[in-house]
Amino acid sequence: MSGQDRQLPGLMEGFIAIVRRDLLLAWKRPGDVLNPLFFFAMVASLFPLAAAPSPEQLMLNGPGVVWVAALLATLLSLNSLFLSDFEDGSLDQIILSPQPLPLLGLGKAAAHWLLSGLPLVLVSPLIAVSYRMPADIVGVMMLTLALGTVSLSLLGAIGAALTVGLNRGNALLSLLIMPLAMPVLIFGARTVSLAATGDPYAAGIYFLAAYCMLALTLAPFATAAALKISNE
Amino acid sequence: MTELLSGNDLCLLRGDRCLFQRLNFALNCGELLFVEGVNGSGKTSLLRGIAGLLDFESGYITWDGQKILDAYQGFRSDLVWLSHRVGFKGELNLLENLQFESALRSCSMEKTAAVIERLSLAPLTSLPFRYLSAGQQRRVALARMLLANARLWIMDEPFTYLDKAGQALVAELISEHLAGGGLCVAASHQAVDIAAPTQRVTLQ
Repeated sequence: MSGQDRQLPGLMEGFIAIVRRDLLLAWKRPGDVLNPLFFFAMVASLFPLAAAPSPEQLMLNGPGVVWVAALLATLLSLNSLFLSDFEDGSLDQIILSPQPLPLLGLGKAAAHWLLSGLPLVLVSPLIAVSYRMPADIVGVMMLTLALGTVSLSLLGAIGAALTVGLNRGNALLSLLIMPLAMPVLIFGARTVSLAATGDPYAAGIYFLAAYCMLALTLAPFATAAALKISNE
Repeated sequence: MTELLSGNDLCLLRGDRCLFQRLNFALNCGELLFVEGVNGSGKTSLLRGIAGLLDFESGYITWDGQKILDAYQGFRSDLVWLSHRVGFKGELNLLENLQFESALRSCSMEKTAAVIERLSLAPLTSLPFRYLSAGQQRRVALARMLLANARLWIMDEPFTYLDKAGQALVAELISEHLAGGGLCVAASHQAVDIAAPTQRVTLQ
């Protein structure tokens, strides 16, 4: 029981543990994963039915609609990120565990991306068909969506952590995240549009990748600080 | 400064009410700090403060001669926390919950199995946690205390929901922990009999 023989737990172990736990939880509660995905597919596939049915028009609007739908679907799923942990006392245990809190926040965000961002990316080629996007654009769209949703999950975790103790934090969460999510939306949609019209689009991808790296390095620390404040 | 855990000049306000002020304690290996008081007297707040989950209005807690927030990660690896919200996932079964706990704390599977054996939880391992009764859930929460291999146990109302045998088990575990050189901070509104050097803090 002395302090000397204690081993500090491995970092990777803690990260994998929390990702694994969240994936397992989602497996037992599939509705939480399917709802945002369903929302994304509905919005993106209903739009062509309601808009002017000319193929050029669809090509032009497609990237923007897909990106707005993706952003809203991610926001929809963010609210519950820390909620159940807060309610059942797991958040206390997570904060008091020997693992660094930013790492566990990163784990939560990673699990969130695997459950919301990744399915979105995988479904998006099907949506692209309804906008008559050429095959080589679909790859660009998937790449921008992948980079963008990683940033959104990481940044969203900050907002979710800040609003977790509040009743009806959902609207506030969206407001908090919007300004940070704007660059992702603008560059994401614009990059796909540029690719569709045959213009050079690499700069947009670089920006999204840089933004993603920035979020990856800074957001976990902000999430950890926000969790401590909210959990007081 | 030989004491392991100490509270210095603690003061906590809630709204415009002062829950406690000029509260001091010093705790050493094998000692129990027993916090008593009626409902709403600030027992839980004091415990959350000691664990570093809540900031005091003034005063500070030290662990091993250092303020806890200066070496928070080291303090956390020496601490395990039990409260009325047990912090296990209702959808997962007992084993999956404990696996998560042991991964966070690098415990071996043998140790997890031994703890399940010790608390006689074996018949419950495959049920989703939310199907367990409140008392059974509290018993599972005790498993975390044993898994953690932490010197400091902080327990908020460790006896609620438990039957006679369960309460005796908690008292036995605490005594054992203290006899092994551990420390315990427990808050309860009911009197308990634990044979160990005990300091009492009574909140009004």
